[in-house]
Amino acid sequence: MSDERVDRGPHSVLKAAAATAAETMIPVDDVHAVDHSRRRLLTAATAGIGAVGVVFAAVPFIASWEPSVRARALGAPVTVDASKLEDGQMLKVVWRGQPVFVVRRSKAVVDAIGNHNDMLADPNSDASEQPAYIKASGPVRARNPEYWVGLAVCTHLGCSPLGAFEPNDAFQVAGTDLGANWPGGFYCPCHGSKYDISGRVFKSMPAPKNLTVPPYAFSSDARVVIGEDEAPKST
Amino acid sequence: MAAAPESAGSKGFLGWIDQRFPLTALWRSQVSEYYAPKNFNFWYYFGSLALLVLVNQLVTGIFLAMNYKPGSTEAFASVEYIMRDVSWGWLIRYMHSTGASAFFVVVYLHMFRALLYGSHRKPRELLWIFGCLIFLVLMAEGFMGYVLPWGNMSFWGAQVITSLFGSLPVIGGSLLEWIRGDYVIADATLNRFFALHVAALPLALIFLVIAHLMALHEVGSNNPDGIDIHDHEDEHGHPLDGVPFHPYYTVKDLVGVMFFLVIFAGIIFFAPTFGGLFLEGPNFEPANPLQTPPHIAPVWYFTPFYAMLRAVPSFWGTQVWGVLVMGASIVILFFVPWLDRSPVRSIRYRGPIYKIMLAIFVLSFITLGLCGLKPPAGIYPMLAKICTVLYFAFFLLMPWYSRFDSVKPVPERVTSHD
Repeated sequence: MSDERVDRGPHSVLKAAAATAAETMIPVDDVHAVDHSRRRLLTAATAGIGAVGVVFAAVPFIASWEPSVRARALGAPVTVDASKLEDGQMLKVVWRGQPVFVVRRSKAVVDAIGNHNDMLADPNSDASEQPAYIKASGPVRARNPEYWVGLAVCTHLGCSPLGAFEPNDAFQVAGTDLGANWPGGFYCPCHGSKYDISGRVFKSMPAPKNLTVPPYAFSSDARVVIGEDEAPKST
Repeated sequence: MAAAPESAGSKGFLGWIDQRFPLTALWRSQVSEYYAPKNFNFWYYFGSLALLVLVNQLVTGIFLAMNYKPGSTEAFASVEYIMRDVSWGWLIRYMHSTGASAFFVVVYLHMFRALLYGSHRKPRELLWIFGCLIFLVLMAEGFMGYVLPWGNMSFWGAQVITSLFGSLPVIGGSLLEWIRGDYVIADATLNRFFALHVAALPLALIFLVIAHLMALHEVGSNNPDGIDIHDHEDEHGHPLDGVPFHPYYTVKDLVGVMFFLVIFAGIIFFAPTFGGLFLEGPNFEPANPLQTPPHIAPVWYFTPFYAMLRAVPSFWGTQVWGVLVMGASIVILFFVPWLDRSPVRSIRYRGPIYKIMLAIFVLSFITLGLCGLKPPAGIYPMLAKICTVLYFAFFLLMPWYSRFDSVKPVPERVTSHD
């Protein structure tokens, strides 16, 4: 509040020096002269080094969001005994926390799968996530035509489709009429995507791809190992 | 370094503080001598109500966090524990869950007010952008908060929303695992959503609200006539059509608070689930990764955007388009100050085209909200497609219709409350 305060600011020494310089007839400007380009370079270099440091310091924090070692260990393969399934029955098991369908299909159903390829969006699974040996298996999309294995995760937004295996003219599931000519398959109750019994999506559905097939193998006739391409044979 | 002149007169404890912190100066510049237009109407309640709801969410949230456990095996049970065993826990939780919906009610009405009176127009663009950022953070906060009870709708809602990121090309798959911290929605996901919901996002929200208010007080409030009250000032430099925020608007806002609290308390006590709109039925059973609820619908305040997401079909082997459209529906809000080319701010002096477009926009937004609640069958998919087009038409055609629309002469002074 008083104007008679002693100036103890950071530049007081400089000002005192300037005053002395003025007395000895050295122009004040020389003392105050600042090399601005040098200062800009130093500021930019300091800021640049600091930014690199921030990026490096961010790495551990960003990486801490990755699946942990424990989560990755829990993603190990799962073995399923499907021998007790009847034709038209389905088993749901958990692999990597995701539901996996194992569906048993009768010979009549298997023989009819190829008849509606023209109604499908991706009949040969070209754009879908399935192992090569599944894509090569034709319309049955299975290592053993009797058992279809696939993720119970709709390729639209990850809901779990329902089994609607009965071919019927007016089949009702979750309050929705699947319509005439329903060949049997899966229906996703969230947004209405329909798949055939090999998990292949029909045309004009919200889901863009066929149901994902995880890597799997048979360790015996009806024992499915989910999560591995090759399984050691067992009894 | 000279002390603020107004503090010179302060004596005693207040004087002691004023010499060390500009308390009186802040109170005067921001409240008791902050001049707001004197013609504020009903639509101007919602800013202060949003602040009230924010305080409600912070206080009830802190107390909920004292009993809630953010783990996939404990979360659901800890919410039941709060509801049944913690003294008054049910009230604190219902205040928080109803507060979430109330937040969106008042924020939507607050944003609508800006569209009515051109409150986003120059020089208030940054004020509007801070508001849009608040809306964005609020959506993230609402979504993550809905996951925390770990009911079945929490789980599947999180599944659907995080999958949106998985649809992005190339990086989608690894981005999805990074967000979830596991191959699926799991304990890790819940735990990090809790951290974001109770610490990171509220901090961002408070910072943005302060920035929003600072920007408001820098440029001054707009008003229903959309004119600048500082064009006509008295000999003290106070606007002739302005009144000090305190006591005039603090008292007016208290009346709004009273009516708001009557409705708020009514919902908390008599309809806390609001017929499944505020708290959905499937969320009263624990998360079950093997059982999708028969119909997944987000909470009501997300349904307009969810309907837009669903309205866009997948093509070229990807469903990223719906995600992009939904993202664009939010991003486009940021550009409204520059899309609007009308020579006047307020709807009172605009021509019929803007009024019709705004009415269509509001109707299509509400219709989208309804479509998002319904299963995608019958007329709803087509209705959602039409309303998505209308939603975007309101914004994308604005540079033309707002310019060519007729205007009425704008008054020099506010038209009411002389």
